[in-house]
Amino acid sequence: MSEQAHAEHVVPPGVYAGIISTLVILTLLTVYAAYVDLGRFNIVVALGIATMKATLVVLFFMHAKYVPKRTKLVIMAGIFWLALLLFMTLSDYVSRVDYRGVQYPMTRNFTASMAQKS
Amino acid sequence: MSMVSTAPAPKMPEKHYLNATYGIRSWLLTTDHKRIALLYLASVTFFFFIGGFFAMMIRLHLLTPNGLMLTADQYNRMFTMHGVTMIFFFLIPSIPAVLGNFFIPLMIGAKDLAFPRINLLSWYIYIIGGMFTMWSMVNGGVDTGWTFYTPLSTVYSNSAVAPTVIGVFITGFSSILTGLNFLVTIHTMRAPGMTWFRLPLFVWAHYATSIVMILGTPVVAITLALAGMERIFGLGFFNPAMGGDPILFQHLFWFYSHPAVYIMILPAMGVISELIPTFARKKLFGYPFVAAASLAIAVIGFLVWTHHMFVTGQSTYAAVAFSFLTFLVAVPSAVKVFNWTATLFGGSISFDTPMLYAFGFLGLFLVGGLTGLFLGCLGVDINIHDTYFVVAHFHYIMVGGAVMGYLGGLHFWWPKMTGRMYPEWLARIAAFTLFIGFNFTFFPQFILGIMGMPRRYHVYPPEFQIYNVMSTAGASILAIGYLLPMIYLTWAAFYGEVAGENPWPATGLEWKTQSPPLTENFEVTPVVTWEAYDFHNRPDLGLEVPGGHGPRIVAPAHGDD
Amino acid sequence: MHRTGALFGQFKTLEQQKDTATLGMWIFLVTEVMFFGGIMLAYTINRHTYFHAFAMGSNTLSLPLGATNTLVLLASSFTMAMGVWSAQTSRKQLLSIFLMLTIILGFVFFGIKYVEYAQKFHHHLVPGKNFDIGYCVHNPNMCPDVSATELQEEGERLDAAEKADPNLQAHAQLYFSAYFGMTGLHALHMVIGAGLLFWLLKNSFSGQYNAEWNTPVDMVGLYWHFVDIVWIYLFPLLYLIDRHK
Repeated sequence: MSEQAHAEHVVPPGVYAGIISTLVILTLLTVYAAYVDLGRFNIVVALGIATMKATLVVLFFMHAKYVPKRTKLVIMAGIFWLALLLFMTLSDYVSRVDYRGVQYPMTRNFTASMAQKS
Repeated sequence: MSMVSTAPAPKMPEKHYLNATYGIRSWLLTTDHKRIALLYLASVTFFFFIGGFFAMMIRLHLLTPNGLMLTADQYNRMFTMHGVTMIFFFLIPSIPAVLGNFFIPLMIGAKDLAFPRINLLSWYIYIIGGMFTMWSMVNGGVDTGWTFYTPLSTVYSNSAVAPTVIGVFITGFSSILTGLNFLVTIHTMRAPGMTWFRLPLFVWAHYATSIVMILGTPVVAITLALAGMERIFGLGFFNPAMGGDPILFQHLFWFYSHPAVYIMILPAMGVISELIPTFARKKLFGYPFVAAASLAIAVIGFLVWTHHMFVTGQSTYAAVAFSFLTFLVAVPSAVKVFNWTATLFGGSISFDTPMLYAFGFLGLFLVGGLTGLFLGCLGVDINIHDTYFVVAHFHYIMVGGAVMGYLGGLHFWWPKMTGRMYPEWLARIAAFTLFIGFNFTFFPQFILGIMGMPRRYHVYPPEFQIYNVMSTAGASILAIGYLLPMIYLTWAAFYGEVAGENPWPATGLEWKTQSPPLTENFEVTPVVTWEAYDFHNRPDLGLEVPGGHGPRIVAPAHGDD
Repeated sequence: MHRTGALFGQFKTLEQQKDTATLGMWIFLVTEVMFFGGIMLAYTINRHTYFHAFAMGSNTLSLPLGATNTLVLLASSFTMAMGVWSAQTSRKQLLSIFLMLTIILGFVFFGIKYVEYAQKFHHHLVPGKNFDIGYCVHNPNMCPDVSATELQEEGERLDAAEKADPNLQAHAQLYFSAYFGMTGLHALHMVIGAGLLFWLLKNSFSGQYNAEWNTPVDMVGLYWHFVDIVWIYLFPLLYLIDRHK
């Protein structure tokens, strides 16, 4: 079987050192970016940097770069199903209109204020 | 019993997994997947009868329009605990943890599951979760419905919600670990020659089930954890008083709980895929399609969950999309039903008890599945949502489908598990009793639903009484149908006729070892040289089949390639 | 099952065993992704609906403490990766050292987290009857650990937020529920990870792990890195909302 042919991949410490330095720089960068007014893109930048950091950790610290295809499939399936959960639920929230034609978040303020009054 | 060979009566093997070691410790600390399966068998049977007791209370109470004996509050607790016990503690573990646990390693020619100690751990987790739930039962029970909808469950209910939620949360991890174990086992532990497309469809069905367990169960775990934090610590996630959205709870809950229906039905479909070729003596029609249909059901099952929420005030546009997606699930399910039926065509069919259950499954699943399409249709669902039509529909799937499959599988493999046959005629009578009792119980509920009787009500207008009386009468027959197999199967395990290695005969690897098997399953690791259900090329089965022509393909495979 | 040395009886070869363990661990991590995915979804929807309350809540968190903790956790991930490397290359003493470093960094994280949690309790920022998002602004002498300039900024932000969201008190509780729920679950995972690290450390003293047999080190490493990834997302989601105003 093919996996048996693979010797265990040993990542040299130099690579780890490079990765941790990049991670530290990216952390400082994300803090810096939070103080710059990018409007609605602040969250995009923050999550983008977080995803870069997570990718580095997965690929190198967790050796995902060197694992068999099957394991990569497992990782991709996990990400895909997470996206499924998030986006399919959000598809309800972005298109929700209540019966008076009011956008949903405002409706919720309304119900909350009713709850507080009672 | 359809013995073909004229060999002398089989004897019980001297050494097998049941007598390998003795004593309570050897059972409670076992890592043998077969013994763990029997531990599960005992525990799910226990919970099945607890859940059945609650069901009988519900049915008895509904004999008269004003209710026979329970208050509204007691009635709420009865149906909630019926649902919680049956779904989380019986249906979800039933086929996977009992039959799957026992037979997946045997079917793929492995000595055990990949992680035997995690397998035992999952049983202990199940028991601990069960204890929490039992604790809540003796503390007065829960009245939220098995769905634990917020804010009733987190803010308003005065019943013992917290221990039940904790119990279900814990039990979820047992399900996750079982699914993980199956997936890894099927990937890496297959015997030489057991390629992916030689796997029995029972194994394919469990592969698909495991995917659902792996990807769905953690979501319900976090959902219940959030609800638990809301109730216990007063945090707010769904609480409308803080501006949270209760419908979000339903989204998260159904993201698991709709696919959970497939955790219940897919393994049953796997059992049926074993029974039909065996008792029709014929290769299953369209094997790759049935295998792919299992995976398709598992995947599409994740795309349809908001059809449980059509009347909650979710977005109308999303509801339309989900209604369309719901119809998609019908396609792979129909592929399966058509392929099973096509397998019967031209087969030499024998009506042994397992086959009776398979026929029962086909009919009842058909009714349950088609009524599911009515409910998935947005316009129709608005009218019959939360009526007895829904109750009847999902009982046709869960009891008519999953439990029929479970009992069929138990009868089919009982000679392998215990080495002894069950009494055939008694078993046939029980199967018919179940089928009749089941239809008597649940068919009137379709009519009640169409007439507009809502579910979860403890009283009803007098014109509904005739159907409720029929339903209760059917439930009594059903109860006899469940008690009978429990009694004679237990009896047969000790005193039944000795079955021998392959009494049917069937084609799976599990029938190539002694009954009951050794602790290591096989004396030597088997090498598979035949396709699944290929009666034509199996001279070892002792079946004279005209046109047979020896083993054709010999391919090496071990684990993943 | 019977066990021969490092090889469990259900397997044929050590390669098969290692392969199986790795696949099992990755599948487990996928279940963890879905587990945290649920609470992330709740966070996303509540944050999207009540942005002002979430921004207000986020700005009461201490960014220096949060950033330091991020760096501490990243460093612990690095030492863990080095631990795996030590095991793979049979450097047994180095393995024990790196495991110890990882544990120490884990406890530094717990320490900082404890300081942050204690602050939140003192500042009446725990959801419930006594919750008051403006507690420090209205009772500056009860919050000696918050500087005057910080309090002034917080006050201005509070005024603006109260104008934008008349139900700020209620909605800010959603933020702090998410904060305690997410960081609490993350900390729970860290506690489990620390327990596993102690177990590895105990075994590493007897020199059990080497180039041939290091699966447990590798598996715990995967888990520890995963917990780190969760924090990589929690940090910007909880600490960095609307900091620029």
